[in-house]
Amino acid sequence: MSTATDTAAPLLRVRGLTVGFPTAAGTTDVVKSLDFDLERGGALGIVGESGSGKSMTSLAIMGLLPKGATRSGSIEFDGTELTTLRERAMRAVRGDRIAMIFQDPLSSLNPYYTVGTQIAEAYRSHRKGVTRRQARTVAIEAMERVHIHDAARRVHHYPHQFSGGMRQRVMIAMMLSMEPELIIADEPTTALDVTVQAQILDLLAEIRADTGAGLILITHDLAVVSEVTDHIVVMREGDLVEQGSAERIFTDPQEEYTRMLLDAVPRIDDEIGLLRTTAAPSAEEDR
Amino acid sequence: MSDGSEALLRVRNLVKDFTSPGGVFGRTRRFRAVDDVSLDVATGETLALVGESGSGKSTTARMIARLIDPTGGTIEFAGREVHELTGKALHAFRGEVQVVFQDPYSSLNPKHTVERIVTAPLVYQKRKVPGGARAFTGALMERVGLNPDHSARFPAQFSGGQAQRIGIARALAVAPKMIIADEAVSALDVSVQAQVINLLRRLQEEEGFSCLFIAHDLAVVRQIATRVAVMNGGRIVETGERDQVFDSPRDDYTRKLLAAVPRIRPEWDAERRRNEQARKDRERKEAGR
Amino acid sequence: MSRFLLNRLLGMVVVLFGVCLFTFVIFFVLSPDPAVQICGKNCTPEAIDQIRENLGLDQPFWTQFWTFISGLFVGRTYGTGPNAIDCAAPCLGYSFQTSQPVTDMIMQRLPVSATIAIGAALLWLLSGVAGGLISAVREGRFADRFIAGLTLTGMSIPNYVLALSLQFVLVVTLGWLPFPQAVSFGNDPLQWFLNFLMPWIVLAIGAAAVYTRLTRANVIESLQENYVRTARAKGLSPGLVWRRHALRPALTPIVTIFGMDFANLLGGALITETVFGLNGVGKLAADSITKNDQPVIMAVTLLAAFLVVVGAMVVDLLYTAIDPRVRVGSAK
Repeated sequence: MSTATDTAAPLLRVRGLTVGFPTAAGTTDVVKSLDFDLERGGALGIVGESGSGKSMTSLAIMGLLPKGATRSGSIEFDGTELTTLRERAMRAVRGDRIAMIFQDPLSSLNPYYTVGTQIAEAYRSHRKGVTRRQARTVAIEAMERVHIHDAARRVHHYPHQFSGGMRQRVMIAMMLSMEPELIIADEPTTALDVTVQAQILDLLAEIRADTGAGLILITHDLAVVSEVTDHIVVMREGDLVEQGSAERIFTDPQEEYTRMLLDAVPRIDDEIGLLRTTAAPSAEEDR
Repeated sequence: MSDGSEALLRVRNLVKDFTSPGGVFGRTRRFRAVDDVSLDVATGETLALVGESGSGKSTTARMIARLIDPTGGTIEFAGREVHELTGKALHAFRGEVQVVFQDPYSSLNPKHTVERIVTAPLVYQKRKVPGGARAFTGALMERVGLNPDHSARFPAQFSGGQAQRIGIARALAVAPKMIIADEAVSALDVSVQAQVINLLRRLQEEEGFSCLFIAHDLAVVRQIATRVAVMNGGRIVETGERDQVFDSPRDDYTRKLLAAVPRIRPEWDAERRRNEQARKDRERKEAGR
Repeated sequence: MSRFLLNRLLGMVVVLFGVCLFTFVIFFVLSPDPAVQICGKNCTPEAIDQIRENLGLDQPFWTQFWTFISGLFVGRTYGTGPNAIDCAAPCLGYSFQTSQPVTDMIMQRLPVSATIAIGAALLWLLSGVAGGLISAVREGRFADRFIAGLTLTGMSIPNYVLALSLQFVLVVTLGWLPFPQAVSFGNDPLQWFLNFLMPWIVLAIGAAAVYTRLTRANVIESLQENYVRTARAKGLSPGLVWRRHALRPALTPIVTIFGMDFANLLGGALITETVFGLNGVGKLAADSITKNDQPVIMAVTLLAAFLVVVGAMVVDLLYTAIDPRVRVGSAK
């Protein structure tokens, strides 16, 4: 069984990833020695509550940690070690081979430029010698691929002229125009309505099927990852709680914390878990 | 249940238009946010008003709390027209209906301690704080699951879920007849959300207040509602007992909302329950040996 | 868009009319009888009446106001018969002191004030934005703290103190600059430049401090925006991230306050012009106030109001051009 996986290295291999933040009392690690793999074409869910370090993990992979934060360990992307890469080389990876979409699409888009400009500028900065017109065409095509109707006209519109779900589609189009090998989506549907959330998740699945890109989906909601991902990493306060196939995590969780998270997911067909058992609020730590 | 005679809140044909001024030469543009909404909330029950953004659910809630004025229709609370209340009667109404908002941080004064926040409604109501502010706050904090020793802390020192508990404690301080929860758990992590829902349910059982629960997440609504009203485009498209709406929805839009809720595969859940049962049996056996 | 413009223009007319009425009321109600003042010491009641009639001061308030307003647009005639004097539009009346047409007096002074304003504005805009950018890039480092110290000093020195001490040090003690004298640009550009250098510095320093702080705060804030993170995540070069995603949002508010500040200054820098003996609109205002030269005071007030109102409108239009969110008619 192992011989088959040896021939193809995983798309992403993270080993001993540690992210530290300087505080008054020395460095605090917000991600502690994290290990995980993402197979080519695979979909990985990173699940945890706020403060679990799940977002810092994604920023660490992108090399976009806030000022002062430190990163150690190994992040191997398609055989290339990212942690030792020079900034210029990392920039060529960022956006082009690894793309990221964020939680709040309105604040994540610049209000001063049309969505077309914002889609095109990524394309033009990675593909040298591309004309404005060519980039515009790519932008329109990308918008059509994420099912924005009348893309040729809407490419000239500004972010505030789109609804929340449409803005997230624009974000996805921006990322899609580069045809990335890895997509990192950090809470991409948290700010959206339920029906829109369903559409965006479908869209991500569709893109994965079309392009074969790998996906890392970061969320606090296990119900969301259960529909999209095949491997799940559960994090708590920077620690890896457990990881495994989605089916294993959902059917046979080994850790109490994972069970608590599973119980907390409100079910549409049942009153379940935490809501039946009246758990103590001790799970919330003081700040 | 929705028999008008025992309804604490009775809303009939509620309408709200928003107009945007067009300047000196422009025509004013009119937008109907709430269109002919009628609903009842009985004593002790929870009516969930469900809809997506722009459905008019929050506007409806704000009119009921008398935070904005309706364009038309009537809102009766305990037999009196809410928008005709003045003076003492209005003051009393403010004590009887309390609102818990979505963002706990922006709806709690960051410069006030928990004690000051929680006792403020009593102070506005010119009521005595029973047992003194410290003891009163401590008791309330305990009831919403917070450490009573933290009554001198400020909102920023609490996590999101804890801050929302403070918001609930503040609402409870005046022993209201009705709590309007406007997306009160929408911004919380799933695990914290479950705890806050649980808290609301327990408190409602103890206190007997009515609840108007505004939400966009049907899975959450399933956990707390007695009855459900689904709003779309300013109108209520379907009303009914919770199980009826969830199990046999009549309206297409309700069905669409239900279909969109992300869910864990039922067979996975079932297997987990079997596995858990097996594990417990095993542990019991090992303990018995 | 054109409807928006029309609305703004109409609003502007209403405001200017209000300012006219307000200043007119103040002078009509509050000031001593100008006829007595003009007539001087050796005066007879008949002479005073004659002056009143010539100036139209014997007319009721609304008639006077109407004559004044129409004078602005179509001109007016003082007196009757062979002694009548025609005052062409835009007529602001005649100075009580010099009997010159006020419009001419203002037009003579305006270029001086404009020179002062443009030079000072360029100086503070460039130094303020540059200082703010340096501070933002080097946030918390030595350069940032040094500039913070400078801005604090700049903001706390009153104009006249700075003007007098600069003059004392640079002209009297060190002799680096000539004593200001009226030289036109065409005759001696260097002398002209040196003449205006001190007023420019004096006027620019306070505003430069404010602009430095504003730029610094705006840039630091815009660097925290989520869309800057997005831009970096797209793999854009740091130059592009800065130029397009940090600077443009940060500098937009500065454009708006700059328009207002500049318009304000065009209406004359009272203290600075007086201290340096520059014959601008500000000095004219100062002189006419001490001599209670009503038509001039009124004209200067109206000019200032006009410039501010026009400035505000230009700023609004600029904002519409710069910030797509304010554009009207951008429905979904």
